[in-house]
Amino acid sequence: MPDLRMPSLGADMERGKVVEWLVRPGDYVHRGDLIAEVDTEKTVMEIESFEEGVLAEYLVELGQTVPVGTPIARVTGTPADVPAGPPATPIATPPDVASPDGAAATAAAERAVPPPIRHLAHRLDVDVDHIDGTGPAGAVTRADVEAAASAGPRSSAPPEPAAARPPRSSPRARRLADELGVDLARLTGTGPDGAVIGDDVRRAAEGRLEERPAGAVPAPTAGGDGADVRGERARAAERTASLRRAIGSLMARSKREIPHYYLSTTIDLSSALEWMRDENADLPLAERLVPAALLLAASARAAKQVPEMNGLFVDGAFRPSDAVHLGVAVALRGGGLVAPAIHDAERLAPGELMSALRDVVARARAGRLRRTEMSDPTITVTNLGDLGVESVFGVIYAPQVALVGFGRVVERPWAIEGLLGVRPVVTATLSADHRVSDGLRGGRFLALVDELLQKPEEL
Amino acid sequence: MRTTYREAMRAAMREAMQRDERVFLMGEDVGRYGGGFAVSLGLLEEFGPRRIRDTPLSEAAFVGAGIGAALGGMRPIVEVMTVNFSLLALDQIVNNAATLLHMSGGQFNVPLVIRMTTGGGRQLAAQHSHSLEGWLAHIPGLRILAPATLEDARGMLWTALEDPDPVLIFEHGSLYNVEGDLADDAGAVDIDRAVVRRAGADLSLITYGGTLSTALDAAEALAADGIDAEVLDLRSLRPLDDAAIRATVAKTHRAVVVDEGWRSGSLSAEVSARITESAFFDLDAPVGRVCSLEVPIPYARHLEEAALPSVARVAEAAREAVGAGA
Amino acid sequence: MNETDARSAVLQALREVAPDVEAEDLDPGARLRQDLELDSLDFLRLLELLAASTGVAAQEEDYASLTTVQSLVDYVAARA
Repeated sequence: MPDLRMPSLGADMERGKVVEWLVRPGDYVHRGDLIAEVDTEKTVMEIESFEEGVLAEYLVELGQTVPVGTPIARVTGTPADVPAGPPATPIATPPDVASPDGAAATAAAERAVPPPIRHLAHRLDVDVDHIDGTGPAGAVTRADVEAAASAGPRSSAPPEPAAARPPRSSPRARRLADELGVDLARLTGTGPDGAVIGDDVRRAAEGRLEERPAGAVPAPTAGGDGADVRGERARAAERTASLRRAIGSLMARSKREIPHYYLSTTIDLSSALEWMRDENADLPLAERLVPAALLLAASARAAKQVPEMNGLFVDGAFRPSDAVHLGVAVALRGGGLVAPAIHDAERLAPGELMSALRDVVARARAGRLRRTEMSDPTITVTNLGDLGVESVFGVIYAPQVALVGFGRVVERPWAIEGLLGVRPVVTATLSADHRVSDGLRGGRFLALVDELLQKPEEL
Repeated sequence: MRTTYREAMRAAMREAMQRDERVFLMGEDVGRYGGGFAVSLGLLEEFGPRRIRDTPLSEAAFVGAGIGAALGGMRPIVEVMTVNFSLLALDQIVNNAATLLHMSGGQFNVPLVIRMTTGGGRQLAAQHSHSLEGWLAHIPGLRILAPATLEDARGMLWTALEDPDPVLIFEHGSLYNVEGDLADDAGAVDIDRAVVRRAGADLSLITYGGTLSTALDAAEALAADGIDAEVLDLRSLRPLDDAAIRATVAKTHRAVVVDEGWRSGSLSAEVSARITESAFFDLDAPVGRVCSLEVPIPYARHLEEAALPSVARVAEAAREAVGAGA
Repeated sequence: MNETDARSAVLQALREVAPDVEAEDLDPGARLRQDLELDSLDFLRLLELLAASTGVAAQEEDYASLTTVQSLVDYVAARA
């Protein structure tokens, strides 16, 4: 009779901790009975038994964290194998009956049942482990099996609870589910015979990030129904919480798998901002640039020239991307963030980039991003400057391999050709994936961003 | 230039003989009769009986003679009328042509090209209609080609003759009359790569030779249902272009292999196995196969049509793979 | 434009840009960036909405002084 083991309660569960036992040694356990409460690090769940028999002993202590698959309790064959009543201490040695040195379970397992007898038992639907053998050394004989069969079906065995069967899923779906932290069991498949396929997993993963953010909640109109508003707020809070969980799992995976390295440099923005002011002077309000547009333009062009920053790390290998699909981290009002892509950003002039940026930010906040925008950035830029900090060292969005950060534009004393002046400067940072590049290439990237920003008219 | 598969193949042989005096053609009826499928029609008049040689009806003899000529420094093209007949020469092909380089410790190459017709669809019954190229693709030491387009009919032969080792070219009998445009300057093509004949996103139809058009027609039919099929033409059956097979499956996540050979122990089985070996975690559906039914190819037209891979069967397998089966 | 109209235009635009801000109870001294968490794009959108509703198109050199709700109200009131 096998042990009860720490089950996996989710694809990302690696270990668990028994926080409460729901059965005691000596209790009879059916398949499907709840036996313990387990803390999975994410939540506390009740776990069920996959075995039937008498709980002989606990194999782990309360509060002890063990890897998935570790035996946590021992179950022996039947109530008859075990003396009634619980043993004196909770952590007891296995109760023994048949032999002085081994549990009855061991005896049952080692009892000789020749293959022909096993075959007969199977055909007659008799469980040989539950038959007393009359042969030599307790061996089960043909007659024993036939007697057991004529005594009636295994009526004493309780029916197995209908286990929630995991859905059929394709190999690609399983791989993606693992990579993206999606629980296959919760998906509805669209593949052959309703199997869950890769796109179903992808949609589920993107759906998490696409859920309408709080900022998208329509403003209450004057005289609006208060209850409606409250219901909407509650839903918004729920969405925010779910978005937070999704970001958490994505970032945890990124930090776990990507060996990040970080670089930082300070860039003089005086030419860029001067150029921008000149441009803006002739532009209507709706077309004016903000500094972010220039920073994005420079980043996209630099990414084009340093291919190790631009692409995806998939299946153990880096796949550089020809085009630069620039992810833009957009903070959502009400919490959370998304990083949709501006496609082919390296080919957009600052003005075009500006309108693409406004468009994508507006839609991100309204919860109307397109699927491709969510799924295919090749490098991401985060610009926390508006919030007042000077630098940001971000976490790379896996499977991308680089994240560029810009802080606030600040005026600083700046030495130029032996003289001191006051210049607007910005701190540009790079978080990059060491599996793909080294500091030298990363440094080249930031240096390029700097160079490009010194000649804004060429952007 | 408007031309046919047959004429493109003939142009390839003519060019080869003009370019290299070591090249000659031999086989049953290739001279006076113009070839069992009229591929060499007119070549005897052009090149004379020393280079266009009619042979006795003994495949073992003339394939063996081809091997000897190749060992002696010539560049023979041997035509075997159909792959069914090549079984008579199997000893020469498998035990000699394929092995001599290895058995001589690398001293003797066998620069031989064997052309043969394969496949059914022409009511020639069970002894002239089988697709046995998958068998020969099992043999190390041979290179197996399956030109499916005019460009490949025109261009594969020269590249095959350049190869220092034996190359077998399988011409599907239904292709000879296929007509189309061929560039005036069409010439040698590579014989290593599989080529995507139709790009698609939803599934890959992997095929070669005579069933390329079946797969392309099925892809059109599927497009009407909104299923975007990619069609990969293997072109070389040995060696297989593993990278191309992997790439198309990585792109579409579903594959149906279309092969006029029988399913059991077939080239389609090999392709399917390689997909499972190298692209398992890219798959969204089991690899499907559409092959000839496991019977000797029948003579009666309706039975023959029922036995061979059809557009309808390919489309059905494709729908099943994308989960849109009826 | 009097201050009341200017304020209502500013609040209307704010509701549009930042629906989660309780515009009615807003402290006029609230800072657009730090307190209301508007970023540069939100700010630009705010100015655009105000330009549409009041005809006042803020000049870029004035951006630096437009830091609070009240400064925006004053700016619009003085020019519309």
